[in-house]
Amino acid sequence: MVCINCPMSCHLKVTLEDGQVKAVSGNTCPRGETYAIKELTNPTRMLTSTVNIKGAIHNGLPVITSGDIPKDKIFDVMKEITAAEVCAPVKINDVIIKDVCGLGVDIIASRSMEKVND
Amino acid sequence: MREVDVVVIGGGSAGLAAACKCKEEGIENVVVLERDKELGGILNQCIHNGFGLHTFNEELSGPAYAERFIDKAKALNVECKLNTMVTHISKDKVVEYVNPEEGYVRVQAKAIVLAMGCRERTRGAISIPGYRPVGVYNAGTAQRYLNMDGYLVGKRVFILGSGDIGLIMARRMTLEGAKVLGVAEIMPYSNGLARNMKQCLEDFDIPLYLSHTITNIEGKERVSGVTISEVDSNRNVVPGTEKHFDVDTLLLSVGLIPENSLTEEAEIEMNPVTKGAMVNESYETSIPGIFACGNVLHVHDLVDFVSAEGAKAGESAARYIREELKSAGGFNCKAKQNVSYVMPTRINVENVKDKVEFLFRVRVQARNATLNLYKDGELFRSIPKRHVAPAEMEKLIMKKSDLEGIKESFEIELVVD
Repeated sequence: MVCINCPMSCHLKVTLEDGQVKAVSGNTCPRGETYAIKELTNPTRMLTSTVNIKGAIHNGLPVITSGDIPKDKIFDVMKEITAAEVCAPVKINDVIIKDVCGLGVDIIASRSMEKVND
Repeated sequence: MREVDVVVIGGGSAGLAAACKCKEEGIENVVVLERDKELGGILNQCIHNGFGLHTFNEELSGPAYAERFIDKAKALNVECKLNTMVTHISKDKVVEYVNPEEGYVRVQAKAIVLAMGCRERTRGAISIPGYRPVGVYNAGTAQRYLNMDGYLVGKRVFILGSGDIGLIMARRMTLEGAKVLGVAEIMPYSNGLARNMKQCLEDFDIPLYLSHTITNIEGKERVSGVTISEVDSNRNVVPGTEKHFDVDTLLLSVGLIPENSLTEEAEIEMNPVTKGAMVNESYETSIPGIFACGNVLHVHDLVDFVSAEGAKAGESAARYIREELKSAGGFNCKAKQNVSYVMPTRINVENVKDKVEFLFRVRVQARNATLNLYKDGELFRSIPKRHVAPAEMEKLIMKKSDLEGIKESFEIELVVD
């Protein structure tokens, strides 16, 4: 399997025994091993999107989950992100949606946007 | 005419890294000229995560990665001019630019760093025949519309080309409620990173049609459908293999071309393979004192490599101003079998501090291959490679001591079993 943690895209070899992960090789960092185990037991993803923003240089504020969310909750979280709206100014890492869908993960701003006059 | 030490053309990841490094090297008068209304370049529309793992040991979004460098440039008091378009650079390093505040301006630079990035190949570049209906977009253009301006360009989408931007947009448009019916790739392998195949296509059950291309775009006012066909090993369309999709939008993710009109006007020696300048170990072009880095030099996969290259070009510009660089001399670096190009293209060992980082791309996808390095035609070292692919840039670090004594050439080849 391919590790998706970073663009290195390490090719992992996972040895399974009775449905349990026995060994992971091919990873160049410890995150590869964590990923392989999780992907086979409880797959999660980081989610990025945009939230509507008023009074900023662009109409969309890039946002990111503060941690992994279960893969099957991606579209539930997207619904909340689409419904949200904020006003400039926003600072990077500001919490935009607290505890999204009760997952214990926040939606946070992934850049700062100043207030602009136009 | 105003005189400055270093003019950096482009305020994206390469340009910001170069300008910051110049300042850190003690060069006072550094000006970044950026044509957009903010710094950060293409990173601003790349809202997905995965940036910065090498540079910051963190997984940032594109805008978050850019913000680190923008903050650094501010802290170092780098002068940045926004909404500023460079119209010409000359061999004697006069830079001409225009912007709404100053009008037309000429400045004399001691050194120039080219960091203009790249552009997307368009429908014209791949010659798809037919009408010109609304609904055919470059993937990066659709990305900017969606992520910065807030417009979704279509509801039923087909994507041509499996480059990373196309894959990222397949996921992004799916998340925003569009239906992506498939991705066609003319080559028998994907042109995107393996991680993007997994998390952008497989995660959302979007089919990938390898060895397929678009043979018809239907619709006169608006795209109403596309037809794809299989291609043979010579990339010729196989009749009778047509598949039709009802779509309102076609995204093209068919490659990037370095944005080198300024470079070519200055008659800088170009590399026909990378479509960027020929550079030496200091990222200096054929004109002493003009340096190139990032996607304007060769198209990268990882922004971390772009920043690193920018910093090297910035450091070299500082060394050039301090008259520490020798522009002439050295040996050539060449791509042999199964390697498409090697960067840098020329090395003068006298300029090398302790090591040279070679970046190159292979021509074929392979497992358990071998890289052979040749010095003046003689095999010097063999390196086993578990996995190589044209979509994944390779990096090779050579110690200065390993490069000393080479007279004519250093060559890299890939041997596949």
